[in-house]
Amino acid sequence: MSKVLEGLKYSETHEWVKVEGDIAVIGVTDFAQKEMGAITYVDCPDVDDELEKGEEFGALESVKASSDLYCPVSGVVTEVNEAVADGPELVNEDAFSNWIIKVRMSDASELDSMMDAAAYRQMIGE
Amino acid sequence: MRYYDKLVFELSKSGRTGYSLADNGCKGYEMNLPAALERAEAPMLPEVSEVDVVRHYTNLSQMNFGVDTGFYPLGSCTMKYNPKINEEIASMPAFLGLHPLQAEYTVPGVKEIYEGIDRSLAAITGMEHFTFKPCAGAHGELTGLMIIREYHISRGDLKRTRIIVPDSAHGTNPASAAVCGLEIVEVKSNADGLVDVNDLKPLLDDTIAGIMMTNPNTLGLFEKDIREIADLVHAAGGLLYYDGANMNPLIGTVRPGDMGFDVMHLNLHKSFSTPHGGGGPGSGPVGVCHKLVPFLGVNVSGFHGNFGVILRAYAYILMLGRQNVRLCGKLAALGANYIKESLKDVYKLPIESVCKHEFVFDGLVNDGARDGKEGATTLDVAKRLLDYGYHAPTIYFPLLFHQAIMIEPTETESKETLDEFIEVMRRIAAEAAENPDILHGAPHNTPIGRPDETAAARNPILKIQDECAC
Amino acid sequence: MAAFPYFPQTDGDIRQMLDRIGVKSLDDLYSDVPDGFLYKGEYDLPDAMSEQQVRDFFEGMAARNPHLTVFAGAGAYDHYTPAVIPYITQRSEFLTAYTPYQCEISQGTLRYIFEYQSMICTLTGMDVSNASMYDGPTAAAEAMRMAVSCAKKKNTVLLSDTLFPHVRNVVGTYARYYGVKIEMIDQKDGQTSLESLKALMEGGDVAGVIVPSVNRFGIVEDLTGFGETVHAAKALFVQYCDPSALAVVKTPAEWGADVAVGDGQPLGIPLCYGGPYVGFMACRKDYMRKLPGRIVGETRDAAGRRSFVLTLQAREQHIRREKATSNICSNESLMALWVTVYLSLMGSQGMRKVNEESYKGAHYLCDALLATGKFQKVFDAPFLKEFVLKPLVPVEQLQRKLYDAGIFGALETEDGFVSFCVTEKRTKAEIDRLVGIIKEC
Repeated sequence: MSKVLEGLKYSETHEWVKVEGDIAVIGVTDFAQKEMGAITYVDCPDVDDELEKGEEFGALESVKASSDLYCPVSGVVTEVNEAVADGPELVNEDAFSNWIIKVRMSDASELDSMMDAAAYRQMIGE
Repeated sequence: MRYYDKLVFELSKSGRTGYSLADNGCKGYEMNLPAALERAEAPMLPEVSEVDVVRHYTNLSQMNFGVDTGFYPLGSCTMKYNPKINEEIASMPAFLGLHPLQAEYTVPGVKEIYEGIDRSLAAITGMEHFTFKPCAGAHGELTGLMIIREYHISRGDLKRTRIIVPDSAHGTNPASAAVCGLEIVEVKSNADGLVDVNDLKPLLDDTIAGIMMTNPNTLGLFEKDIREIADLVHAAGGLLYYDGANMNPLIGTVRPGDMGFDVMHLNLHKSFSTPHGGGGPGSGPVGVCHKLVPFLGVNVSGFHGNFGVILRAYAYILMLGRQNVRLCGKLAALGANYIKESLKDVYKLPIESVCKHEFVFDGLVNDGARDGKEGATTLDVAKRLLDYGYHAPTIYFPLLFHQAIMIEPTETESKETLDEFIEVMRRIAAEAAENPDILHGAPHNTPIGRPDETAAARNPILKIQDECAC
Repeated sequence: MAAFPYFPQTDGDIRQMLDRIGVKSLDDLYSDVPDGFLYKGEYDLPDAMSEQQVRDFFEGMAARNPHLTVFAGAGAYDHYTPAVIPYITQRSEFLTAYTPYQCEISQGTLRYIFEYQSMICTLTGMDVSNASMYDGPTAAAEAMRMAVSCAKKKNTVLLSDTLFPHVRNVVGTYARYYGVKIEMIDQKDGQTSLESLKALMEGGDVAGVIVPSVNRFGIVEDLTGFGETVHAAKALFVQYCDPSALAVVKTPAEWGADVAVGDGQPLGIPLCYGGPYVGFMACRKDYMRKLPGRIVGETRDAAGRRSFVLTLQAREQHIRREKATSNICSNESLMALWVTVYLSLMGSQGMRKVNEESYKGAHYLCDALLATGKFQKVFDAPFLKEFVLKPLVPVEQLQRKLYDAGIFGALETEDGFVSFCVTEKRTKAEIDRLVGIIKEC
């Protein structure tokens, strides 16, 4: 069973969003990290990069696979989690406390199309 | 094989040398570069004697497995025997000493070799002419795609910037297309593992530059609908690219040109017996049909391609000749089908059909999983094969199956070799059924066990850390 | 079955194998091939030759290309190959292995690639090297693509006019289809012009800049100010180098370059009519994950033994497919071994000696040629083993005369100059003979 936290928004591509004012804190789900296995690298964008909803903003890498990350909301990257960039194993240890990027949202209504915890749990079949 | 734990840098001792060079006698011309153009410190290269070098690399070689060591059923790589006469020819000093910029009139023998192998490859493939500049298979793919683009551009047909690639394709296909500035459109495989013609039809419009296919495909299956596919693509204004990585079973039986392919590459290091050298040098000549000959001049490498590899391949072709060429592909297909039929009761065969040079199993029939105990995976089978003195097949490719094991024996292996391999594969299946842990822990008899690849990727150490050791 | 040494199957074997498969004939293995596609005609190939006939054939072909003493370079250099190298590289464990996918039985290949990477790093001053590229020009083309990929939105790459034409051409080919705009930096007095570079940087769209270390006139370029200019525009600074010369000249790292590329051929690889050679490519750590090609890394196995593996593979085509950093799969691994053995034998002392002898010979020849009165000096800049002069006699005639005497030299450049190259292999007697022939022109 993968952990799914209440109160977060979820995308079909396994990113989660925690809303803090006009900032979207974005990470990947526990389900995604389990699917990947040992994560060896988290490819992150640069601060100030502009992202569109659905745009690729980075990737998770393991020894034998790579999985792209898609930004669930439009906006500008305000922060990148250096701890995760330096220690990708943190995502394996706790995918929810180890966020990847923060984005200043340009259109908060985009969150409405995302899943809540129950819907996400159903999508991953748990 | 024996573990040996030195790097050449660690043999270094100040004052030793491994070279001898004469003074050329041009007195009064001692090197005198401006200090601003000189490097601050000499490079940290090892200082070792000749005998140190010879022993070191001999020791390293003994941790390696080659075709001359044993059976190498690596799918999609066509690890056939590398004839020794080829090496002798490629080492002839009269070839090694030729400068690539010599005028044509100074190298008539070379010209004749290029013309001869061009004619031979044209005869074998049904293409009109080849360029020999590409240095490997993927380089050939890129070159062929450039030719396709140039053809469309020359007709003012500038919209054609998308290329169709089957989901079962070699990874190099989409990657080469991307390097060529093409957008990839994926076409699905049907339940028989072949390109789904119904999925293909709606993709064909006036933005399609062409389709990349290999036939037989990466499952070793012949694309039976190739005539219809070729007609559809041509009718839509596209061209057909043939990925020659799987050409081996067609040598002496079927010609890509006759199937409607317009452009193709060959891997001389696969189908034409030149050694793989631990990952190169290869050679990836690209052949085209008549109407594309004007675009063959695309400039993709420094000089004339890997001449040394071309020499080896031509020697092999001359040995084959018109008589033996007839059997090459058929014997390759014979070996593959023989292994497939001999193992399909213990390894899952996802598609029951006559194969060509290779085929794919989807893991073990009985992986030994029980009572919470993990079953043996394809990786485990591969590693266990190393213990028995075999190279492993290609694993986890194609991506259509989760536990893919892709086996390609080639025509140069005897029935006895195949029988022994079959016996070992059956023994491994039995081990897995009984106690998969034997496989989980494999290999046990190799110079090293499974290394920690995660640590290697998380904290990359990509060169010697303490250069000052020398 | 006709007797053929590479097909071990006897008629009996074939029969038994067909029986196991459950088909009657070899042709039945092609029953799924539509009838029209089975080739029924005679293959237009020569009759099969015996091994002796094959050897005779190639000896005949070889004999038709007269042996020439090489006084030309232009990207391919006639340096000496120590006997040890082919002896090692012909070992079948190296020669007949594939890419080291099964690391437990490929530690030999993986270790020499690690050594190769280390040597390329010390020669260039860079942090990370890949396991090899096809040749120098394709390595430069990959650097062009890497620059565009690092720069995200910028799409112009500048090439120096002083790069060899075969390098410019291949980069140009890749750029044409990848959709990158190439602009040329002018040369001034035989060197890349900093003024021209600065003017082109004004355009604002520059993702990368490729300049040579030792250029097509043989001149060792002074790149003072280049690193600052390129980096001020956040572009990638790429240097194209002769790795043999790097043993003595300022390194790409010292010039502030981000990426170093070039051809490993000068490191003892025979001319062999242009290949196989080996491209090298190295970069600063920041760009490690943008590097194309295979990379070997160090790790441990469960028993703690030092082990080597292919690493950072998520960059590569077999995992990333169209999003890979490059399409390269097979590279020039055996030639990387060639270079590694060469550099092990030579050491930094030997590499210095190679440069010193080449320098002496080239400078001696340059003076002697000028003294014949048949050439004019073109540039007054430091050079190592290669130089250009302006010919005062017809080039064609000069080349023919040399050819008749068994010499390859006086290569014509695109500017109408002729170039000469002297390596440590050339003796004073050979140089004097060359000068003597030219005197008679």
